[in-house]
Amino acid sequence: MNWFLSNWELVLELTLNHIRLSIIPIIIGFVIAVPLGRLAITGRTARGIIITSTSLLYTIPSLPLFVILPAILGTKVLSDINLIVALSIYAVAIMVRAASDSFASVSPDVKQASLAMGYSRWQQFWKVEFPLAGPVLLAGMRVVSVSTIALVSVGVLIGSENLGYLFTNGKQRGILEEVGTGIIASLLIALVFDLILVLLGRILLPWSRSDKKSQSASAALQLQIKAADAA
Amino acid sequence: MNLFVSAIQWILDPANWVPGSQSPLPIQDRLAEHLLYTFVSVLIAAVIALPLGFYIGHTGKGRQFVISFTGAMRALPTLGVLFFLTMVLGYSMVSTTANFVGTMIALVLLAIPSILAGAYAGLESVDRQTIDSARASGMTEMQILTKVEIPLSLPLIIGGLRAGVLQVIATVVIASYVGLGGLGRIIASGIGLNDYDRILGGAILITALALLIDGVFAVIQRLTATPGVGSTRQTEKQSLRRRAPGPSTTVGTPLQERES
Repeated sequence: MNWFLSNWELVLELTLNHIRLSIIPIIIGFVIAVPLGRLAITGRTARGIIITSTSLLYTIPSLPLFVILPAILGTKVLSDINLIVALSIYAVAIMVRAASDSFASVSPDVKQASLAMGYSRWQQFWKVEFPLAGPVLLAGMRVVSVSTIALVSVGVLIGSENLGYLFTNGKQRGILEEVGTGIIASLLIALVFDLILVLLGRILLPWSRSDKKSQSASAALQLQIKAADAA
Repeated sequence: MNLFVSAIQWILDPANWVPGSQSPLPIQDRLAEHLLYTFVSVLIAAVIALPLGFYIGHTGKGRQFVISFTGAMRALPTLGVLFFLTMVLGYSMVSTTANFVGTMIALVLLAIPSILAGAYAGLESVDRQTIDSARASGMTEMQILTKVEIPLSLPLIIGGLRAGVLQVIATVVIASYVGLGGLGRIIASGIGLNDYDRILGGAILITALALLIDGVFAVIQRLTATPGVGSTRQTEKQSLRRRAPGPSTTVGTPLQERES
């Protein structure tokens, strides 16, 4: 505890920065992936192109992606923008699958009923498809949030200031407690984010609590298998 | 695009492939190390995770464990785990041994969840009626597992291995960055020397390796699929969940996309 007590200000500062670096990609991932995921269920070709290209991007290991991006974006190698863009790409890749699965899970009968009731396509999307896709979208967001927070720390290798700093600095100076603190802080952020997402789900999707629980759990499992390969 | 051209020139430069050059060269040695670490750790992880996944998938016990375990493992920051393990082992070993053993343990730990989840999800996806009829025709539980469940779920099992392998390849990149061999050394030395050709060249090599291996696994998955299984499984799953048959996809199915 000694190390933590005398360095808590550093830990706090790095934690806040870690949160900032995680939130942006998580939100960007959601905003980009939902329309792409909806587009992916319009036909086999669309699905093939979207899912294949995002999963190819997802195959690229994190550190190489961090250092390739400056060559594409024209940013500085040590800029945080590379990290944020890379994490957004991973978030989109996970989320597109979840989104296309979630929209595919909406019953066609319900969609047709809404059209028959006179909903426009736009209303149908926002008032029927999007809410009904909610539980699976949420399961996807939970996976995205957990893996993004874990990945941010790799950014320290390209000079980003986040909890990963405690890993490299702790290793260099031989302070095990510093490394351990970094791991625990990172896990705590992931846990809090997850709780917030679950809470959001309870508030925004009150109907989904019992019925869809096992469904979103297995969706999350499938995604995790897929999600495992970014590191 | 100029940067990419000179990075590829760096990769193709014969001087970087001369045997016996100073580390992190020659490239082929780092590549061999990368593949060796990946192979050994995935093999160990598979020996642990596959039987466990088969047991959970066959008996249905511990489903919740797989879901929470894979979720919790996802939350672990790889870099931190890697450093933590090598440091802890460093108290009782020479640092080079500690680095190697610690990294191997970290790689095995990180590969287990994907392989476990793949094996479990694979067995779970097998049609219950098929298993019941295998049992009714007098197969023992072991026969049901080896002759019915595993063959039918092979694409998903291999999908889990595929995810595990890719995660390990990515983690070896980071591990080599902190003292082990492997292709990550090229990026690390590039950053040290401020040589962007080398950084980008290393990154391109690793990306190409990951894509190549992913492609090989995609082909294996396709070859091991039992003809006609996908469709029956989907309708069964959908009726279990009391959902109207949707378009070509359902929530539970796509571990790996069939189209890719």
